Amino acid sequence: MKPVLRWAALALLLGVALAATAIDALPFKDAAQEVRFQNLTRQLRCLVCQNEDLSDSNAKLAQDLRYEIFQQMQAGRSNAQIKQWLVDRYGDYVLYKPPLKPSNYALWFGPFVLLAIGAGGVGIYLRRRAQPQAATGFDEDEDW
Amino acid sequence: MKLYVPLAIFLALVGLFGFGLWWNSTHIPTLVPSPLIGKPAPDWKLPLLYHPRQSLDKAQMLGRPYILNVFASWCFACADEHPVLMAYGRDLDVPLIGYDYKDKRGDALAWLAKHGDPYTQVVADESGRTAINFGVYGAPETYLIDARGIILWKHIGPLTPHVIREDLLPRLLKLGVHPKVTT
Amino acid sequence: MIPELGQMALILALLLASVQALFPLLGAWRGSSALMRMARPAVAGQFVFVVLAYAVLTHAFLVNDFSVRYVAENSNLTLPWYYRFSAVWGAHAGSLLLWVLILNVWTLAVAMFSRRLPEAFVARVLGVMGLVSVGFLAFSVLTSNPFVRVLPAPANGMDLNPVLQDPGLVIHPPMLYMGYVGFSVAFAFAIAALLGGAFDNLWVRWARPWTNAAFGFLSAGIVLGSWWSYAELGWGGWWFWDPVENASFMPWLVGAALIHAQAVTEKRGGLRAWTLLLSIFAFSLSLLGTFLVRSGLLTSVHAFASDPRRGMFILMLLGLAVGASLLLYALRAPKVVGGKPFALASRETLIVVGNLMLVVATAMVLIGTLYPIVGDALNLGRVSIGPPYFGPLFIVLMAPVVLLLPFGPFARWGHADLREWKRIGLIAALASVIGGSLFAWAASGGMPGWQAWLGGLSSAWVFAGVALYARKRWVSVPAGRRFPAEMAGMLLGHLGVGIFLAGALLTNSLSVERDVRLAPGQTAVVGGYTFRFEGVTDVRGPNWIAHQGTLVVTRDHQQVTVLHPQKREYSGDIVQTKAAVSAGLFRDLYVALGESLGAHGAWALRLYDKPFVRWVWLGGLFMALGGFVTLLDRRFRVAVPQTDESMSTPTADAQPITPRAREAGA
Repeated sequence: MKPVLRWAALALLLGVALAATAIDALPFKDAAQEVRFQNLTRQLRCLVCQNEDLSDSNAKLAQDLRYEIFQQMQAGRSNAQIKQWLVDRYGDYVLYKPPLKPSNYALWFGPFVLLAIGAGGVGIYLRRRAQPQAATGFDEDEDW
Repeated sequence: MKLYVPLAIFLALVGLFGFGLWWNSTHIPTLVPSPLIGKPAPDWKLPLLYHPRQSLDKAQMLGRPYILNVFASWCFACADEHPVLMAYGRDLDVPLIGYDYKDKRGDALAWLAKHGDPYTQVVADESGRTAINFGVYGAPETYLIDARGIILWKHIGPLTPHVIREDLLPRLLKLGVHPKVTT
Repeated sequence: MIPELGQMALILALLLASVQALFPLLGAWRGSSALMRMARPAVAGQFVFVVLAYAVLTHAFLVNDFSVRYVAENSNLTLPWYYRFSAVWGAHAGSLLLWVLILNVWTLAVAMFSRRLPEAFVARVLGVMGLVSVGFLAFSVLTSNPFVRVLPAPANGMDLNPVLQDPGLVIHPPMLYMGYVGFSVAFAFAIAALLGGAFDNLWVRWARPWTNAAFGFLSAGIVLGSWWSYAELGWGGWWFWDPVENASFMPWLVGAALIHAQAVTEKRGGLRAWTLLLSIFAFSLSLLGTFLVRSGLLTSVHAFASDPRRGMFILMLLGLAVGASLLLYALRAPKVVGGKPFALASRETLIVVGNLMLVVATAMVLIGTLYPIVGDALNLGRVSIGPPYFGPLFIVLMAPVVLLLPFGPFARWGHADLREWKRIGLIAALASVIGGSLFAWAASGGMPGWQAWLGGLSSAWVFAGVALYARKRWVSVPAGRRFPAEMAGMLLGHLGVGIFLAGALLTNSLSVERDVRLAPGQTAVVGGYTFRFEGVTDVRGPNWIAHQGTLVVTRDHQQVTVLHPQKREYSGDIVQTKAAVSAGLFRDLYVALGESLGAHGAWALRLYDKPFVRWVWLGGLFMALGGFVTLLDRRFRVAVPQTDESMSTPTADAQPITPRAREAGA
């Protein structure tokens, strides 16, 4: 898999220095905007990294994207607009929260379907097993 | 029967893992398909590397298909790819536009002087701002854009003779151009 | 020559593991005492050779034997000796050897502390552990031999990944593996029970201390990993729901379900099949984690360099081990539900509901972790699944568990006192609303946000439940018998849940982060603390050079602390941020050094005020402590005469067993 190897070397080169923190010191309007920026960039994926959010990535592209997001915020664009802008260019892959659409239904509803099935099973088990007047009168130590 | 449910779920998982291993050995895991395929290329207007006062833009390139190759002097894989471009670039029968990505002009000029220049034209995107609109996330990347300005194909990572013959050539032939490369 | 000895030791260990796997199982099947007696010597022999192999590899690191490729790839001349020690598990092959070593430690412990158990049962347990060992030793010998030579030997090695050059990482992997591998004991007990057809509750009784210990180690391992990534990576977070983190979290969740289900099975004889299944699940998820981390199947910051051949091997191992276990389960699991009767309002019911939620949460984590592969398989496009998915769903699924938690200890087996529940619920609710709100208010220094408020409410709710039960025991039980070790462990564990809730929700809500540009002499204010930047100097370590910033932190003109964040450069131009943390019970102050910003000595700095972040790990450590404390329980240590009449008792249904009689069963 030579191309893969080369690509790995390339990924290294893109400045994905593994554990160097990304710090930008952008001139935010106020603290609220800074918090909004932090929350937003936490929900976005650094595309060239292994598995890092945009907020912490030191990759060049991540820096560019952070700056772009910062500028769009100054221009008064909403979080949803900024996310859409990124999705148009990079696809759903940039979102750490996959959108609710048919291909992701299993992801979002699967756990609750399982919960419903499990709750049904537990309900049947308890119905069959639990008795209204089970044995009483164990001494306290029976507990432990 | 009920007791076999965990086993069945587990076997499905093993199947999924087997697939995953196969997928990983045949695909580049970090590769993300571009949502721009089949869509118009973003508007772009960039200075020429050799003549920074002049520029090239999307409108000027309309009317015939072209290839946009993203490279940079700081990119090792681009140096790997370069001999392939040197060998095939002139024979593709479409303009090969070099897209110098996040580079210093002097570095790029020196790099091209050293490795050779296979490009019809070279544009420079020093800030990388326009590249974001193309969905560029590294170098090298290669785009095939048709006469109407639609992005037909994107390749992430170095072009190889194999990629050119298998992926690029059929698409060029479909566009009605006459590359001198044979399959 | 010495490394070859290590390799020979590994191969001999593999042979002995095969002996340990085959003959005792065969003996237990044929009823041959002679064959069964081979188990313990085989365990001891295997242990000796694995220790030898491990010692050889460690020695190669300590003496810088770069002719061993693994050493050359993960160490160099300038690496301090203590990191050469831990570099042994710095990459795949060596960490696999550590895995095998720890499996052998657990096996040896089981062999030593099981003299009172029936011969055939022990033979099966050790045989199953031998099978696991065969699998992993074969994995090591066939695909990941750490003793491979490279000739001619390089003059110097590369380096240990700088991320791993940290005290936290010296202890995190061994702890984590103790937990992962520890579940192999519960697994082996369950398989032995299935093989032997022993569906009384005795096997659970024997398995419980081992499970609690493994759970304790796994909790501690996860806490250490979280703390390390917080302290080391400079990102200020403590959990990212990364696939590798999830791989350790899934066995933990199932382990939490298992230790509760075991209680039902042991004390009441109920949930017999479920406890068997969870025992298999816990270890299977440990194996799954090993597979995910080492196969490169998922993109993660922590993943080992992958190799498809290894991925295939370990997938086969996983498929065989888990597939065979689940098939055995399907064939042999008890089909008749058993156990003492219980009412709907009882501890049994609460534990069943809690188990359901924990297992569904595990499934949710599994779905989220594997969904990207599903996406590839069904061509649904690539998706990223991260904290905004896992976090909210996890909170939703765990909320019922937290709500039920105070009632658990009060609920008696069989039949709970509903009036007592009402009373407890009322008091805990009052404590939660009043105390929790005050707590959140005080922590926030004003009107709390919803997360901080939720943190206050939920933690106070749990604290109140724990305190009420502790008080009840104190009042109603004579001194000396108030808190048996098992109960103390439960209370500590539940207290840990409360501490964790407070920590996680308060720190998420109250943390303040600022990225600033500071020139020497300039200040920035974060969370009421003033950080004054004094500039950057160069410092030199054993195998790195660093820019080191100095920041003086003051509050109300009083100096609080001086912080020295570093940006280290290791060989190979690898840059590593070394955050400076001033830790405190109620808040951490945290600084990471970014880039130099040109003239005037200005630097980019990230400043954090992180209230209550320690409580996240403190809570985890309490849970770990809970697991360990239960081991002190007298009944696990009481020596019992060889004639054990309860052995032949078919099920627990037969008669109510008094505590005394059960003590004799130990």
